[in-house]
Amino acid sequence: MSKEGVTALYGRDTLSELALHLQAVSKTFGGLRAVDGVELAVRPGERRALIGPNGAGKTTLFNLIAGALPASAGRISLFGTDVTGMAQHRRAALGLARTFQITNLFPTLTVLDNVRLAAQARTADRFAMLRPVSGFADLQARAREALAAVGLDDRATSRVRHLSHGEQRQLEIALALAGRPRVLLLDEPTAGLSQAEAGHMTALLRGLDPAITLLIIEHDMDIALEVARHVTVLHYGRVIADGSCDAVRADPTVREIYLGA
Amino acid sequence: MTSRRALLAGLGTALVAGMVAPLLSAYPLTLLTQVAVVAILAMSLDVLLGYTGLPSLGHAAYFGVAAYAVGILATDYKRGFLTCLLAGLLLATLTAALFGLIAIRASGTYFLMITLALGMVVWGLAFRWVSMTKGDNGIAGVPRPELPLPWSLAAPLPFFYLTLAAAVLAWALLGLLVRSPFGLSLMGIRESESRMRALGYNVWLHKYLAFVIAGAFAGFAGVFWAYYNGFVSPVDVQLVTSVETLLMVALGGPGTLAGPALGAAVIVFLKNFVSVYTKRWLLILGAVYIGVILFAPRGVLGAFRRERR
Repeated sequence: MSKEGVTALYGRDTLSELALHLQAVSKTFGGLRAVDGVELAVRPGERRALIGPNGAGKTTLFNLIAGALPASAGRISLFGTDVTGMAQHRRAALGLARTFQITNLFPTLTVLDNVRLAAQARTADRFAMLRPVSGFADLQARAREALAAVGLDDRATSRVRHLSHGEQRQLEIALALAGRPRVLLLDEPTAGLSQAEAGHMTALLRGLDPAITLLIIEHDMDIALEVARHVTVLHYGRVIADGSCDAVRADPTVREIYLGA
Repeated sequence: MTSRRALLAGLGTALVAGMVAPLLSAYPLTLLTQVAVVAILAMSLDVLLGYTGLPSLGHAAYFGVAAYAVGILATDYKRGFLTCLLAGLLLATLTAALFGLIAIRASGTYFLMITLALGMVVWGLAFRWVSMTKGDNGIAGVPRPELPLPWSLAAPLPFFYLTLAAAVLAWALLGLLVRSPFGLSLMGIRESESRMRALGYNVWLHKYLAFVIAGAFAGFAGVFWAYYNGFVSPVDVQLVTSVETLLMVALGGPGTLAGPALGAAVIVFLKNFVSVYTKRWLLILGAVYIGVILFAPRGVLGAFRRERR
């Protein structure tokens, strides 16, 4: 969508209040333009799905937003703050959390310690050196709360590598939630899950605090549409459609390249 | 639960060592004193290797600079224990703070190589800066410390108790450190740096702090080493010392604190008994290392530590 389009859709005044705003964001790897002039405007509290075929640049776009990769061009802002050149941990401090497509946890630590790490990340307690972790009641409560939110409270003392794949995917979400994020990037939360587990995950995502802004990458269009009302379609690094679910479903280009119909 | 058991086991070991010590003859007591000092060094490296996942091959540098600080101050300047202790700690911490700036940028094998190179720099200084370090001759005649105690620390037994107290103190402080939120963040870095960054941690800063803290504790060991040995030479900062320390950690069980202390005991005793029979001590050491990697990759303590599912 062009800049004028974004302004027309949301109004000029609200532009600075966007939770997430990408302007002409590109990423090139050598000769490959993995992300090509992406424009994206996500309002606070919005649920937005990012769909597209394999290699469309969805995960790369997440890495650019989160700061795991530097953008080659363009501007990224989070609640009106320009974060384009900001280190990853500083973006997280502004309330940006993410999950990973390929499970990325702390495998030899317990489930509770995993979530504790997330809970303390944005507090000054992370530098506390002379008191045992168990003595920090508020961190403990937040960690327990995040575990309860994803239904893992009974696995708190298990080592993460002994969890099933489905439980590890749930823990991914718990880690992101424990930091009390304002914007949450979910990279294929249902990857590798059985149909039943995926249904469980979708219910969990639908039940999240409505104040949290969600940007969710999903391969399965049905699941994406269950969580989000607004869909952005990425193809070869470009935004080829952006709008309500029905509009995107009806879009002929999307039907042709994505739905294959 | 497990931390309480660790506490009891550690204090129990220290208590037994303390009770057995008066019954020992001079030579075993000397070795036991050496174990106490070297255990501090091994535990300090464990913070890096076991908890943060940073394999340093230059840990003798911080140990060595502190030993040299004590050696020079106690002989040429006739300074007391407290001055020497503070100077040693300060110099080791500053060296680690400086070297950390260079080393923490790298990870894995590159970190290993850079710490090795930085360790060689300190060794080069010890060897070549003759006016300060007396070069290859070393600094001889470091007197035992004098403290306002009813017992003279020149005697082996009171000095052993001093080093034992130092080891218990280091173990307690490091034990608190690794169980703290900061210690947890180090383990998080060991497991997944990318996840830590995504959670909002400044991974570089946490690694750097761990590096400096480990350096400071290595310095703490170095101070007592100078007093124990009465002699400081380039041998104390050479690569073999760093490698031996790494081996103590790997042998005892990285990430357990008590394990590396146990590893220190095994290596010290092995080294002193085996070297009576053969000069090929390093060959035996290598064989022990291969055995550990093959049969107990998580170290002696790691092998006995069962996990709850």
